Amino acid sequence: MHETITNVVLAGLGGQGVVKASDILADAARRAGLDVKKAEIHGMSQRGGSVTSDVRFGSRVLSPMVPRGEADYLLVLAPSEVDVARPVLKAGGVLIPPDLVPEDALPHPRSLNVALLGALSHHLALPEASLLAALQAAIPERLLEVNEKAFALGRAAAARAWGAGA
Amino acid sequence: MERKLLSGDEAAALAAFDAGVALGTGYPGTPSTEILEAFGALGGRAQWAPNEKVALEVGLGVAYGAARALVTMKHVGLNVAADPLFTAAYTGVSGALVVVSADDPGMASSQNEQDNRRYAVAAGLPMLEPADAQEAYDLFFAAIEISERWRIPVLFRMTTRVCHSRSLVMPRTQRQVPPSACFERDVGGRVMIPTNARPAHRRLRAKLAEIAHFAEGSALNPLQDGDRKLGIITAGVAYFHAAEAAPAASFLKLGMVYPLPLERARSFAARVERCVVIEEGDPVLADALRAAGIAVESKPEMYRFGELDVPRVRRILARDESPEPAAPTGKPPELCPSCPYHPVYAALKQLDCIVAGDIGCYSLGVLEPYRAMDTCVAMGASIGVGLGLRHVLPAEQARRVVSVIGDSTFVHSGVSGLIEMIYNPPVIGHVVLVLDNGTTAMTGHQEHPGTGRTLDHAPTGKVSIEGIARALGVPSVTVIDPFADPGGFERLLAERLAARVPSVIVARHPCVLAAAAIRKWDKLGTERREAISCTACAEE
Ligand SMILES: Cc1ncc(C[n+]2csc(CCOP(=O)(O)OP(=O)(O)O)c2C)c(N)n1
Repeated sequence: MHETITNVVLAGLGGQGVVKASDILADAARRAGLDVKKAEIHGMSQRGGSVTSDVRFGSRVLSPMVPRGEADYLLVLAPSEVDVARPVLKAGGVLIPPDLVPEDALPHPRSLNVALLGALSHHLALPEASLLAALQAAIPERLLEVNEKAFALGRAAAARAWGAGA
Repeated sequence: MERKLLSGDEAAALAAFDAGVALGTGYPGTPSTEILEAFGALGGRAQWAPNEKVALEVGLGVAYGAARALVTMKHVGLNVAADPLFTAAYTGVSGALVVVSADDPGMASSQNEQDNRRYAVAAGLPMLEPADAQEAYDLFFAAIEISERWRIPVLFRMTTRVCHSRSLVMPRTQRQVPPSACFERDVGGRVMIPTNARPAHRRLRAKLAEIAHFAEGSALNPLQDGDRKLGIITAGVAYFHAAEAAPAASFLKLGMVYPLPLERARSFAARVERCVVIEEGDPVLADALRAAGIAVESKPEMYRFGELDVPRVRRILARDESPEPAAPTGKPPELCPSCPYHPVYAALKQLDCIVAGDIGCYSLGVLEPYRAMDTCVAMGASIGVGLGLRHVLPAEQARRVVSVIGDSTFVHSGVSGLIEMIYNPPVIGHVVLVLDNGTTAMTGHQEHPGTGRTLDHAPTGKVSIEGIARALGVPSVTVIDPFADPGGFERLLAERLAARVPSVIVARHPCVLAAAAIRKWDKLGTERREAISCTACAEE
């Protein structure tokens, strides 16, 4: 009866592209033929406040929200949000921290969201092609190359941090 | 047809488009705002009204004209629209009228967490409640059908998690062709003088009895047979939380939350050992079921507050009333670093003003470092509240009272406050400060009648805030750019506070987040106007 689903929480501050990254991830799951739900609180997020977004995918997803303590992956874009968001992670869950990819290595200062998505992709069973197709659909043509670079950078950083066999 | 990943708002918009809704109108308000924006982007006729009451009235006119209408607002918007709503229940409609109001349990961005299911009961209108985006799509068609079959407005309740969560939607392959608009005269049914309204009320109750009967057998309220030990009656997104928390349980899931299928609920409750109602907000379903003599368990009072989620539903089912872990407190929103309101709040603080405030981005002036807002209740309330304070406070305090209101809020419901200021002026006068940043910033930069642009940013008639103030007879009306001249702004405010006459100051400077877009739309608008006037003279 219990179907396995993957729970991802993305956290950061307004303007960092948390919602964009979660849109791409959710669309990748859709492209991979999975059921997917995604929840976040909008509203005043534009005014620089904390933003979190939950993405859940698998054979059948019920609640759109990741229950506290049940996230398999937590991806954080702002150092200040790491401790705020940590309680969502399950015991043994993976934290993908903002400094995984050093800021000066990023091809564009605002591409951290996509770089960390790349890092997340290292852990997921989702086909990389679904993620890249979702990226292409979500990012304007002129910014695509930069973002694909960021994605690859994050994926490579994760391979170094967690080993190739994850 | 491909599965689409849509938010509940986008799914409702797509359904409205696919159902051939002739006109969508409303007033922005989180989490409902994106419905009309998406409906417009799809090619539907979407427009912002000055406020929710006008939106509902326009929608009612569309539906009197036998066409299909969509009206959207956040939960508190229905308070503003309640007057026409209650009597529209009596008159009914010829076409379809679907009124979406989006509740915000947990107050992600609202001033209260009222439960609008109460409105369905109070007005006597059927209410549907989707649980996710697919249901927002499917139930919207059901709402149109019910509205046309019983010639009655239908309330469509969404909540923050349904509006803003994305999930997969399989749309219909074909758009519906709606009935065409036409006027049918029905004085007895439409003109609610008492002699007509008395039979109209009886007709309404008869319709509701029929709809209640329909609800009993409707697929809108599916039964899901599971374990007999635990039965759960639920609605909206709470259904999914409950299905995850108790996957083995039996379920009665209500897609129609008013009128309720009481007999179906009665036999469901009788079949299970323990029957629990899982609902967000007030115990509306539990109270109604219990009043009908159905033995159901309601959640403990502590779960009335805030949203539900899977862990909270587990606690409800375990009858756990122990204190909950504190929710993480992230960084709260704040005024943008280069927001034009900074110098305004600096001056209000400097002059030690008592600020009757209002709702918008500018409400953030209540935070450090300014703490320059003393009341904030409902849209438009700043002016009335400021006047009341001026009437009764001792002179030393009264002369420091300022009403502070945003441009969109002023057009929404500030004008009648200004009329009150002219009609019942405090003896020492008053100061109304309109913060005009040229957009409805708080809800994501929507247009309003004061911007002179329509929902899709095309040029249209423009309402002048200072023009309204002057036309109403406000003795002192001044427009100033507080950002360009902070010192001048503070001097002006000090002067007006000392002047003892009713005055309006319009502090005008575009929102930093919207300024570039506004310049672009204005340029496009000018080009469009020039193009139109060229063809006009070519045709002469
Ligand atoms: C009755 C009602 N409708 C809608 C809202 C949602 N809402 C809150 S503030 C606001 C308007 C803000 O615009 P404006 O007054 O121009 O101030 P700004 O945010 O631009 O500073 C809206 C639409 C509400 N709180 N109450």
